[in-house]
Amino acid sequence: MTDRLDVTDASGLPNPGDAGSGEVIASPFPEPTPISTDPSKGAKVRIGDRVFRTLAEGSGILIVVIIAAIGGFLLWRAIPALARNEQNFFLYSGNWVTTDTSAMQFGILDLLQVTVFVSVFALLLAMPVALGIAIFLTQYAPRRVAAPLAYMVDLLAAVPSIIYGVWGLYVLAPVIKPLAMWLNQNLNWLFLFQTGNASVAGGGTIFTAGIVLAVMILPIITAVTREVFVQTPRGHIEAALALGATRWEVVKTTVLPFGLSGYISGAMLGLGRALGETIALLIILRGTQQAFGWSLFDAGYTFASKIAAAASEFNDQYKAGAYIAAGLVLFILTFIVNSLARAAVAGRSKS
Amino acid sequence: MKLNSIGKAFGTTLSVAALAALTLSACGSDNNAGTSSSSAASGTASSSSADCAGKNSLTAEGSTAQQNAIAEFNKVWGQVCSGKTLAYNPTGSGAGVDQFLAKQVDFAGSDSALKDDQVAKAADRCGGGEAWNLPLVFGPVALAFNVEGADKLVVNGDVLAKIFSGQIKKWNDPAIAGLNSGATLPDADIKPIYRSDSSGTTDNFQKYLGAAAPQAWTKGAGKEFQGGAGEGAQKSAGVVQAIQATPGSIGYVEKGFAQQAGLKVAQIDSGGGAVELTDESTQKAVDTAKFKGEGNDLALDLDALYASKEAGVYPLMLATYEIVCSKGYDADTAAAVKSFLTVSANEGQANLSAAGYVPLPDAFKERLLKSVDAIA
Repeated sequence: MTDRLDVTDASGLPNPGDAGSGEVIASPFPEPTPISTDPSKGAKVRIGDRVFRTLAEGSGILIVVIIAAIGGFLLWRAIPALARNEQNFFLYSGNWVTTDTSAMQFGILDLLQVTVFVSVFALLLAMPVALGIAIFLTQYAPRRVAAPLAYMVDLLAAVPSIIYGVWGLYVLAPVIKPLAMWLNQNLNWLFLFQTGNASVAGGGTIFTAGIVLAVMILPIITAVTREVFVQTPRGHIEAALALGATRWEVVKTTVLPFGLSGYISGAMLGLGRALGETIALLIILRGTQQAFGWSLFDAGYTFASKIAAAASEFNDQYKAGAYIAAGLVLFILTFIVNSLARAAVAGRSKS
Repeated sequence: MKLNSIGKAFGTTLSVAALAALTLSACGSDNNAGTSSSSAASGTASSSSADCAGKNSLTAEGSTAQQNAIAEFNKVWGQVCSGKTLAYNPTGSGAGVDQFLAKQVDFAGSDSALKDDQVAKAADRCGGGEAWNLPLVFGPVALAFNVEGADKLVVNGDVLAKIFSGQIKKWNDPAIAGLNSGATLPDADIKPIYRSDSSGTTDNFQKYLGAAAPQAWTKGAGKEFQGGAGEGAQKSAGVVQAIQATPGSIGYVEKGFAQQAGLKVAQIDSGGGAVELTDESTQKAVDTAKFKGEGNDLALDLDALYASKEAGVYPLMLATYEIVCSKGYDADTAAAVKSFLTVSANEGQANLSAAGYVPLPDAFKERLLKSVDAIA
């Protein structure tokens, strides 16, 4: 016997809606609850984790707070003194007159020029030498020689800066005097070697100071560059050697492109050190009464040495404020230099 | 390995040498006072040298220009009155006066007398009594020069003012040649050297130029050099080094420093002939110094000394004052201060000249001791 469905509509087919067996209503397929893959979610928070996290966050915040506090202190002390300045702070380049604290005259144009000039000169002297030392130590020197040599270069950083200053003025200046006189007499047409506002024979010029500063920042640049060059992937070096490259070609094609960003960041660290160098420049650079002329045989004050020279007379808050204003500019300048360095490094590492 | 044993031997030798050096450096006596100056103490005992009353340790702070003189006085005081010492902190005149006014030290050493606005504060500090400026130490300021072929140089206030403001630029300028007949100075640039740090010596030098040559020196005075010409060096030692290293240079520095470095110093002709820097000419200068007032406050009118045209007087002097309370000290402190100042003015003068200062002439000493005696 055949099953005969009730035929209700005109097409002669059964209406599925009337079928009594099975549900035909579309219902959403129930999704299973997703299992979280975060390993720490739902885990028991142990005390050790919480303490470590707090300490790490606290250290980070502390540094930011200290920097902000220093910046705030500099601003707070500088503003009352700037209000009593009769000259334009950024354009005045003459003698600082702070004896009458209600009407002072001070400005940083000269300081800014001397600081930047001596630091850039030192950087230009130190960068090639540091690059050479780093390449030699990592690529050419035999292992037994590389370690003591690296140690000796790092030892340069251990010499106190006052010793550098005294050595520079009393020992180095007389030794390079013939070279300085020769440059001044024969290459006079170039603005760099013209007679400046300090005597060439006396030795207290940016020429001497720049050489001493270059020796001081050399270990910093060399250390950072060496670290980066050592990390060049062995695979790249071996590949270059396998393709028949000479030692120098290997360096040129693998080590240098890889390590360039590290080298630049090391150079910027050195520049930061040079900008803030105080005692060595205080001893070497002579004071001047005439304007700065972008010659290597000029002298004058940098920000840091100007503050150090007057530090013993800070018994009045407005007088101190004038010098703290100069310190604030140096603070901001170093910030800017470091930011540029970071931007340069970040840009390179992406490419 | 051979290298290892060589290294070991080297290391051992080095450490033994270092140990030996450290141990042997402990040898040597602590008593570095020296026996040569004990003769000073055994010299003529003045009337009030027997007075060693008062507390055993005094404190003072201030000028660096008189630091060596105070060290000498302290040594002699300790010999004459055993057990007594003075702790002098050379932080600069400004800081010293501030500390004195804040009652932190017993007296202050300053390159200049108390300013008007400080006098009232000093009266507070001294319990109503006034504070006295007692000039105890006189130091001549020498003009050291380094000119090839010139052993002797004569200058005057006018020429110095023009050199240090850049108006006279060459050594063979007629103005200099006029004072130095007989000597041929070279046709070289003059390089004036000044003190680039804040200094009482600069202040006194500029005051001298302003008093001795008012038409030529219009830059004023002050602790910072305002002249407009020359190179600055840090501290007196820096000035000496700059003069030695720079041919054709001339600079002002305390006599002691110039003497120690063996620099040639210029003679000053203020109208009565060239005066060499000697003990006699400087003592004569101290004698001609006039006091601003008549009482026991011995603030000096140095402008009169700077502008003086007397023969045989070396006018470029730096006076440092000891600023004391005339009353208001407790009995122990007053007695100790009086004892120190009296011994310094008497026995302490013996070795001052060797240190580059001027021993006080008798007439001046009488006046000073009179004021010291009047401290309550």
